[in-house]
Amino acid sequence: MSKVNRNQNIAFAFFSALGILTVCILLLIIAYIFVQGITKISFDFLFSNPRKMGAEGGIFPAIVGTIYLVLTTMIIAAPIGVGAAIYLNEYTSRGRITDMIRFATEALAGIPSIVFGLFGFAFFVILLKPITGGWSILSASLTGVTMVLPTIVRTAEEALKAVPDSLREGSLALGTTKWQTIKGLILPAAMPGIITGIILSIGRVIGETAAFLLTLGGSLLIPQSLFDGSRTLSLHLYMVAMETGAMDVAFGTASVLIILILLINFAASWFFRRLIKRFS
Amino acid sequence: MNRILEEKIVKIFLFAAAFTAVFSVLLIGIFVFMEGLPIFFKYGLTDILFGSVWNPTNQVYGIWPMIVGTIYVTFVAVLIGAPMGIGVAIYLVEIANERISKTIIPAVELLAGIPSVVYGLFGMFAVRGVIASLSRGPLGDVLPSNYQSGYSILAAAIILAIMILPTIINISIDALRAVPREYKEGSLALGTSHWQSIYKLLLPAAKSGIITAVILGVGRALGETMAVIMVIGNTPAVPALDWTGLFAPARSMTANIALEMGYAGPEHQQALFATGIVLFVFIIVLNSITQLLVRRRREGGAK
Repeated sequence: MSKVNRNQNIAFAFFSALGILTVCILLLIIAYIFVQGITKISFDFLFSNPRKMGAEGGIFPAIVGTIYLVLTTMIIAAPIGVGAAIYLNEYTSRGRITDMIRFATEALAGIPSIVFGLFGFAFFVILLKPITGGWSILSASLTGVTMVLPTIVRTAEEALKAVPDSLREGSLALGTTKWQTIKGLILPAAMPGIITGIILSIGRVIGETAAFLLTLGGSLLIPQSLFDGSRTLSLHLYMVAMETGAMDVAFGTASVLIILILLINFAASWFFRRLIKRFS
Repeated sequence: MNRILEEKIVKIFLFAAAFTAVFSVLLIGIFVFMEGLPIFFKYGLTDILFGSVWNPTNQVYGIWPMIVGTIYVTFVAVLIGAPMGIGVAIYLVEIANERISKTIIPAVELLAGIPSVVYGLFGMFAVRGVIASLSRGPLGDVLPSNYQSGYSILAAAIILAIMILPTIINISIDALRAVPREYKEGSLALGTSHWQSIYKLLLPAAKSGIITAVILGVGRALGETMAVIMVIGNTPAVPALDWTGLFAPARSMTANIALEMGYAGPEHQQALFATGIVLFVFIIVLNSITQLLVRRRREGGAK
């Protein structure tokens, strides 16, 4: 029996070490980036234009580009994603078409981002150039929409499933139509969950680089419209690190990115907790 | 009457929204294949797939080095990441108390949220630095000089191993939690230790779910682009296939596309799309295996 106990102690100590190691790796990465980058962040760094291909000066155009891209992507993706979730959860039962839609959503989630980039390049940048303006915020956003769709659909569907059926039945019994019930009752109830999904998708757009490398163009100018090329913070980080070789700017940008991701994660978990509270 | 009309219009719109995913998948498949297939016909399938020279300026488009590079780096990444991720999942489900889980799980979420370029930047300095001092120092006499920069398969694999951790941990947790409580209770009642019931009962029962977790991790590692570009060295040459290959600079399929798309001429572009096709096929095969496993698990559960 003592051998059994010893084995158990060794195994448990090993697994605890792995758990602690995971947290340590996260802290190490954040600390490593912050130590070299956080002092770079200043009003001037955030709000002035870059000089010498981004080697000096600030990151303002990349911040504007990121905001534009996130907004455009979400304005298109959120209604489509939530609409898809409503259709799947409220309007159909399991059938061949819903199976196909589910399969496609899963497949989209598994496609590597560089393949989205190839598609966006061939379709939006080259073929639809007269509409999208070639390498532009619009081309990148439309590519981004296909990437974040699975996240939005999945989280929205889960949020809708969490709404109790008694709510639907009660409302329908009062003579409202299905859409009135959904619009007036189901959607508001599921809103925290839907917002969680949208926030997570915003994080995905901010962190994505490969697909936008092929569709956004990488211009360092402040974009004037959706048809201008631009760069996001992630893309800027990649370009200054690999092409310009300005490591202090790269670490500064990385620190800004980590702060953004921290904020997004806090916001997402806050909304998620509200969803859980609402239905328990 | 108006309300019925509204209902119909809404339904059509919602259906269109739901069908967007199907439409997108089709478009992505069609465009990547349409752009990439011609080059296979022009130079022959085997010359493209198994040609070991990639030299676009001379119209030589062998993507074998990138295939080997991708498989090598993915294999090593999963070799490190899978046991670790499964271990953490076991720890969180079976061993850790709630307070500890509540600090580790958000950390895992955060790891999943960190942008790949940030991992790349960390890898470029921290991980590559350590590997460079190893390959120049103690291993300096054994390794060829072009294997000593630290930009290497090992550096990329370590970064990828960290990046696939959240996927493997989260899905393994689901798999472990799906095992009925009675199994464990029965086993413990028979006098086995907690650890014995974990590895003799819980792990085998959760096997297909854990395999799914690992396969999804493989998919993430295969598809990752930016972090890999920043640490792998990007040399389009087949790495040595013994252990020294760990320190070889190499190039993944994803990196090949991202690095050269910006300045590629028409035929070169087709070759890059062809690289995309190969990557696509890898992912399709992986996804089919996962689907098969999920289905088998469902059927197994119904019995």
